[in-house]
Amino acid sequence: MSSLDTTLGHGAPAHAEDNYLTHSHGWKSWLLTLDHKRIGVMYLCSTIASLFLGGFFALALRTELLTPGPTIAMIDHDMYNRMFTLHGAIMVFLFIIPAIPAGLGNFFVPVMLGAKDVAFPKLNLASYHLWIFGAVFFVTAMVHGGIDTGWTFYTPYSVTTPANGVIWATMGVFILGFSSIFTGLNFIVTIHKLRPEGMTWFRMPLFLWALYSTSVIQVLATPVLAITVLLLTVERTLHVGIFDPALGGDPVLFQHFFWFYSHPAVYIMILPGFGIISEIVSVHSRKHIFGYRFIAFSSLAIALLGFLVWGHHLFTSGQSQLASVIFSAISFAIAIPSAIKVFNWLATMYKSSLQLTTPMWYAFGFIVLFLIGGLTGLFLAALAVDIHLHDTYFVVAHFHYVMVGGTLLALFGGLYHWWPKMFGRMYNEFWGKVGAVLVTLGFNVTFFPQFVMGTRGMPRRYYSYLPEFQPLHVASTIGAYLLGFGILLAFVNLGVALFRGRKAPTNPWGGATLEWQCASPPPHDNFSVTPVAHDPYDFAHLKYDEKIDGYTSRRS
Amino acid sequence: MNTLVGSMLSQLVIAGSEASYWFPPQASTTAAEVDWVYYFIYWISVFFTVMIVSAGLYFMWRFRSKKTAGAAAAAHNTALEVTWTVVPGILCACIFYFGLTGYMDTHTPPDDAYVVNVTGVKWAWSFTYPDGTVSDTLHVPVHRPVRLVMTSEDVIHSLFIPAFRTKQDVVPGRYTEEWFEATETGEFTIFCAEFCGTKHSEMLSKVVVHPEGDFTKWLSAAGNIHERMSPVEAGELLVKQRGCMQCHSTDGSPSTGPSWKGIWGRGEKLADGSSVTVDENYIRSSIFQPQAQIVAGYGPVMPTFQGKLKDRDITAIIEYFKTLK
Repeated sequence: MSSLDTTLGHGAPAHAEDNYLTHSHGWKSWLLTLDHKRIGVMYLCSTIASLFLGGFFALALRTELLTPGPTIAMIDHDMYNRMFTLHGAIMVFLFIIPAIPAGLGNFFVPVMLGAKDVAFPKLNLASYHLWIFGAVFFVTAMVHGGIDTGWTFYTPYSVTTPANGVIWATMGVFILGFSSIFTGLNFIVTIHKLRPEGMTWFRMPLFLWALYSTSVIQVLATPVLAITVLLLTVERTLHVGIFDPALGGDPVLFQHFFWFYSHPAVYIMILPGFGIISEIVSVHSRKHIFGYRFIAFSSLAIALLGFLVWGHHLFTSGQSQLASVIFSAISFAIAIPSAIKVFNWLATMYKSSLQLTTPMWYAFGFIVLFLIGGLTGLFLAALAVDIHLHDTYFVVAHFHYVMVGGTLLALFGGLYHWWPKMFGRMYNEFWGKVGAVLVTLGFNVTFFPQFVMGTRGMPRRYYSYLPEFQPLHVASTIGAYLLGFGILLAFVNLGVALFRGRKAPTNPWGGATLEWQCASPPPHDNFSVTPVAHDPYDFAHLKYDEKIDGYTSRRS
Repeated sequence: MNTLVGSMLSQLVIAGSEASYWFPPQASTTAAEVDWVYYFIYWISVFFTVMIVSAGLYFMWRFRSKKTAGAAAAAHNTALEVTWTVVPGILCACIFYFGLTGYMDTHTPPDDAYVVNVTGVKWAWSFTYPDGTVSDTLHVPVHRPVRLVMTSEDVIHSLFIPAFRTKQDVVPGRYTEEWFEATETGEFTIFCAEFCGTKHSEMLSKVVVHPEGDFTKWLSAAGNIHERMSPVEAGELLVKQRGCMQCHSTDGSPSTGPSWKGIWGRGEKLADGSSVTVDENYIRSSIFQPQAQIVAGYGPVMPTFQGKLKDRDITAIIEYFKTLK
């Protein structure tokens, strides 16, 4: 530890100039890098670009829905259908699924383990290249005939639609699936093999527990999606009857295959968010996380139970009533580990030394949105009620609360929490909080009216609608602009910090996980000597030092 | 179960034929039970939301500290953790049970239900009654269980009647069913709830609930159109009933299919480059073999009506077309 201690006590390491950003130069040093940190940064840039593309489609859709009939001359029925398909597909496959695991995860898994890199650095780079390749297929689908099936590709519609982009998009999904599998595989091996001295399974940061659970789902579920979209492509091109009843297939079989992946995928989207919130709540409350084992095991429980609930997407599909009853029961079971986490975060805040920082505001926004998203899931898991609510705006609101409320707010929380570490600059706290409030508020104004609309019977994926729903649609659209503005502001604030932010100390929040022992930004090799891990949520040894506006450890 | 729920209902929930803030009117026997389960979950959700959000806000205000403050002491309480595992577990089990019983009630049609066959096709519904009468809106008697036996001719649709709180996917290549017993007379909207392409959002129809006695009158009137009406009137009724107007206009505006305005005797350029004059045989073959001679600029999307329209119907439609100048 002695060599490390010289860097611990003072904000800047001995060779401040040499970090992973300045270690080598030129575009090749980025695109062909094996450094997990650079790959993580590239993933973040790419997925955030996808967020803006998907967000552009969202705003176009919401604008079109301002009036019951056609609103924007350019957007007709087919254009609307293509836009909501692209909005969903881009947001799910190019943004939500990769953003936290492949972006923040790639950057922080090895650093939190005190390791120099992931277990398979070349596989890691291959995963990013596959992501780019898959994204190219999506763009091709957009310009080559479009795609109007919804992100769910339900058969036989997707087999028979004249829109020619379907094959390109499904091949894009196939390739992106492998990108996701490679990342998951890498994290599983990394977490198993590269933990440092002192880091037992139950001394692992909860972000790593969350990513470990996520990776298990990615490795086990994604192949099913790959096979499903491959079968769809075979049916569409070679007319082999699999899903299309006109060819002797079974259209509901597709829904079973699709949701066998896509329901666990919901937890690929939300589990990493849980991990980030556990880190933020504990570090910014300066108090040991409450119920560490309950949170860790609830991540695993969600990952495993997540495989057994896909049938709740098929309550109205005509699947057997017995199957619906069983899937309903298991869906309620999965609500409990989610509830445990919320209660544990609250208990962590109780009697804490709470810091009202931007990440803390995002964590609270996350808890509110995830709470509403989770509770409205109870309505949809209850069989009698779901029959009425299925395929209405209630469902749209519910999954946006979970997936956007969950992933987007956790991503922002994580970016603000780790931005000083990643780029060595502090952001503006005031504008950070304004952004957090705008995002949370805008989100609620957008999606809460959709619960009312859905309960009143407004079906989803409607280009035109009955005039009685207009006031709620207008409210939702206003909220969408507010949300869009909040997101923009949050990113601008982070961007400005890169150029005008004050230099960040090694440990600005007093975090006890290993990344806070590494310089800000980390050097190319992360650690010159592998550090020894202690309890990741024991903050007693960290004291605030006004001179560096950061925390230093008294442990030696 | 029904009596228990019923007695609780009258006290807890504003039930009735008027739309409430959250719900459309309750117009079927099962609507009240669905709404009861909804409100049960709703109040649990309101309780937990208020509790957790206010606790979170209070903690953020009460325990806010300066950076110089030392780290707070760790805490753990196994009894508390077990409590907030077990209590949500019990609540979830209750919700599951109420959802299950409500589901079984709404999915077990009585044996004496009146059967209507339903066909979904892009982008129209068609309802066939036991005597062979076909209509594009669903007509049912009040206070009588009705069972819909449904299939689709192309892609998956879903028949959704919000006022009855019932919904069921309509799947090609198999039959699915849903049932209800209307308790209110009047008209209620039918939506297609499963995305089915271009005009998914216009695949709307309505269910007309007739007072007792009126339904049989409607049915016998609807069944004998050729006796009751002139061929032109019958033709006009047929194209409306069979959903033709979803894709064909009579005012000259092009839609998914060509407009019928001035169709009679018109020269049409076909997709294969040849041309044809619209006469009796072209109309007949376009209805029975719609993909054979497609007008240039339109897609091969029309379903066949072979076996669904009789020769007499075609004659009436031809007579109607002649009037569209």
